[in-house]
Amino acid sequence: MGILEVKNVGKRFGGLQALNDVNLSVAENSVHAIIGPNGAGKSTLLNCFVGKLIPDTGSVMFDGQSVLGRKPYEINQMGISRVFQTPEIFADLTVMENMMIPCFAKRDGAFRMHAIESIPNEKDIIAKAEHMLEDMNLSDHRDMHAASMSRGDKRRLEIAMCLAQDPRLLLLDEPTAGMARADTNNTIDLLKRIKDERDITIAIIEHDMHVVFSLAERITVLAQGTPLVEDTPDNIKGHPKVREAYLGETQTAA
Amino acid sequence: MFGLNKRDTGLIAIVTVLVILAPFILNPFPEGSAMAQFNAGYPDLMQRFVIFGIFAIGFNLLFGLTGYLSFGHAAFLGVGSYGAIWMLKLFSLNVIPSIIMGVIVAGIFALAVGFVSLRRSGIYFSILTLAFAQMSYALAYSVLTPITGGETGLQIKSTDSPLLSNLEPGEIGRASLFGLDMRSSFEIEMGDWLFTFNTGYYLAGIVMILAFYLAIRITRSPFGMMLRAIKSNQQRLNYTGLNARPYTLAVFVISGMYAGLAGGLMVAMDTQVGPERMFWTASGEVVLMTILGGAGTLIGPVLGAGFIKYMENIISKINKGILEQWFAFMPDGIEDLLITLVYPFVGKGWHLTLGLMFMAVVIFLPGGLVEGGQRIGRVFRRRDRKSEHAEADAAKQRNTPAE
Amino acid sequence: MDAILLQILNGLDKGSAYALIALGLTLIFGTLGVVNFAHGALFMIGAFCAVTLSRILTLSHQVVDETRKDFLGNPLQVDVPYVYDWFGEAGGSAIIDWAVPLSILFAIPIMLLIGIIMERGLIRHFYKRPHADQILVTFGLAIVLQEVIKYYYGANPIPTPAPAAFTGSFDFGAALGFDPNTIIYPYWRIIYFAFAALIIGAVFAFLQFTTYGMVVRAGMADRETVQLLGIDIDKRFTMMFGIAAAVAGLAGVMYTPINSPNYHMGMDFLVLSFVVVVVGGMGSLPGAVLAGFLLGILESFASMKEVLELLPGINQIIIYLVAIIILLTRPRGLMGRKGVMEE
Repeated sequence: MGILEVKNVGKRFGGLQALNDVNLSVAENSVHAIIGPNGAGKSTLLNCFVGKLIPDTGSVMFDGQSVLGRKPYEINQMGISRVFQTPEIFADLTVMENMMIPCFAKRDGAFRMHAIESIPNEKDIIAKAEHMLEDMNLSDHRDMHAASMSRGDKRRLEIAMCLAQDPRLLLLDEPTAGMARADTNNTIDLLKRIKDERDITIAIIEHDMHVVFSLAERITVLAQGTPLVEDTPDNIKGHPKVREAYLGETQTAA
Repeated sequence: MFGLNKRDTGLIAIVTVLVILAPFILNPFPEGSAMAQFNAGYPDLMQRFVIFGIFAIGFNLLFGLTGYLSFGHAAFLGVGSYGAIWMLKLFSLNVIPSIIMGVIVAGIFALAVGFVSLRRSGIYFSILTLAFAQMSYALAYSVLTPITGGETGLQIKSTDSPLLSNLEPGEIGRASLFGLDMRSSFEIEMGDWLFTFNTGYYLAGIVMILAFYLAIRITRSPFGMMLRAIKSNQQRLNYTGLNARPYTLAVFVISGMYAGLAGGLMVAMDTQVGPERMFWTASGEVVLMTILGGAGTLIGPVLGAGFIKYMENIISKINKGILEQWFAFMPDGIEDLLITLVYPFVGKGWHLTLGLMFMAVVIFLPGGLVEGGQRIGRVFRRRDRKSEHAEADAAKQRNTPAE
Repeated sequence: MDAILLQILNGLDKGSAYALIALGLTLIFGTLGVVNFAHGALFMIGAFCAVTLSRILTLSHQVVDETRKDFLGNPLQVDVPYVYDWFGEAGGSAIIDWAVPLSILFAIPIMLLIGIIMERGLIRHFYKRPHADQILVTFGLAIVLQEVIKYYYGANPIPTPAPAAFTGSFDFGAALGFDPNTIIYPYWRIIYFAFAALIIGAVFAFLQFTTYGMVVRAGMADRETVQLLGIDIDKRFTMMFGIAAAVAGLAGVMYTPINSPNYHMGMDFLVLSFVVVVVGGMGSLPGAVLAGFLLGILESFASMKEVLELLPGINQIIIYLVAIIILLTRPRGLMGRKGVMEE
């Protein structure tokens, strides 16, 4: 029984069957990659995990509880954090403030009326946020506006914000999209370190095979809304169906 | 001090001193001199400064922090006023229960309106709040006449006999603070200068300082940080396990209570209320004050409220005769030309000036007066130091929340 | 039955005005993505175009009329409009009588020009700014425009009658076989409705059947792609702003006989027109028209005596109430598209 169990999930947008009978099990403390050509339904699937979309059929269970029909913030409070394709951070706030918000969310839940408390008095939050910044090598940017950071730094900040909540499942949506090679390698190293240091399950959607094969322990290949195969990276590499799916794509693209 | 950092303590100290000394500061010109018309140190105007200051501070908590633009905030002020005047008419002529009533009534009303309106955001939210406010106005004007007095509104009448006040039959009650008449003033004459110290003004002033202090605390609190996060990126907030709705609703209600407080104070000063207080242009005015001063800054709304009320008062008093006096030193032709050019903007043309000011601020100075001040400050600092340093300093300043 | 019919008819003229203003608002919003709070002011300026033209037409010079004497026995000085000199007395008085319909010709170029100047001079700088800024700057502009009109034309309503031929009423009751005098409807309101229908039809036909309109619609759907095709979409959008301004202006011109124009009539209509746009669905042209007529008719039903006895004051709040209910149950309005204003 995996920490994330996806059973018979289907989703239709008008005439397009985006997802069709998807079954997927993500084992606890593993790194599971979902790959597939453009339009395979990867992002749709991810959105079904976090409450942005509700599938038409099937079930999504996290740690034995259904996530369907819950709001994104409720699902997050269950222990699922999400990193977006383009970093979603609080651009108008300072880096430190960005870091403190998930710490508050972890400690106080979805809402707390702490309207006359003063931030400098929240010693435990500050300590935790500073520790995370230190850990992610972002301390130098502490008082900067998040908007003025480089893209690589924004990505690290977003990952740090997710980790500050000690999630049990971290979802990454093409975390290295649009990154230069050096930044991509840094991100791979960072994710490897996270995997080694924490009890955390990582599910990753990725285009870049270099990233996938450096990180994943299991890979699911999605094509036209249906899982083709699920196996270890070594077995996926030479799998004829996978080649077909990708080659088919390159042919149509050309 | 009081849980504030050094800068904020300094800010509130300055505001406190200004409020206390306002009767002096606002009357810089001797009585009877040509410049006396620019004096603003009389009770009626000073009361409006601080009361609209409170209104704008409250509006700014909502708009400045979360970015939700309410176009119907005057409704809360109006509802608070009605609540307050009924307390004066029925319960006690002491203004304290009446002001508290204004705050409570406005808070409850804001809870209902906010519960519905906050289900949408952006332009839809603005139009929903506008719709609610116009509805309240229409109701107060017509159907609810038994409660609101309709078009004429409500005043304290000789037939009112509040529960806790012993009035002679036929005596018209006057609002007071534990026996201290709101309208009582004492005057100091110093040479040609006349300074007026009014009870009502000082009550409203003290309330404003407290309201300002509370607003600083809220802005600097974790709650305030969450509100800024809502403005910055609601998606990230949702995916960080935080529910934006109760946060926005809470600040909407707080903001409505500030408006109710302002409404209650208005009633305490002039013991009357009419439905025009809720009209949507009144809502537009508080938006303007906040923007003009600097939305999202602490002191901005207070400055904006003061600036607009002062300009309104001064500019709408200027007439042709005064213009002729001003330009009398010019040659005749130029004098006439200048008067013709300026006249549309003064006196009854005050709203034209207001509209132009509004546009100018939004176009050229989106950060309002506070940003303008900072820009000027930066220019001077750049002259003082070597350019690199100043640049770095300016960048830093942009990154810390403005005061 | 006849009472219901009467209310529907009564709702049509106000509904027409709402629909025309809302149509322009939606056109601007759909093409330029701007929320124009100054649109009511354009309606008002249109009305004052009619006032101005009728004043121009009645410009007079004094002539000594030897046939009439004043009370001192001197020849009477009479004001003779210049148009009498040019078109003769009969022609001249007919022209003055028809000032309001003539103003349509007068208003179209003026409104187009105002619209284009507004877009080029002000609105274009606000495309990238937040919607709140757009609301605020156009709100400021609305105040300025209405104050300028107030300065030149005064604060009082200025009666601007319809041509004498249209001042009577039509007895729908008799025509439709009900009792006579049950459904009396002024001619001018019929004209107004027909005029509104014509304008709405023209705008839709323009967008639907001309290449120009097709490009504009393509630009509304996907501005960037159209630009990549080498089409100067900005220029066309500017033109659409001008057309939207003209539509609002014409709505104002023709409304003058129904309600004497005053400087704040624009603001009064604006708030309701926004509600109309939101109810119809932000960005949907048919939605705006539909909602305009629906709310106009609903308002007139709510003003019926029988309804008011049951629910006093409902006529004052019905539109807002409907808007609130619709926004909460159908957040995108009656015919709104997905993804409009939902960021």
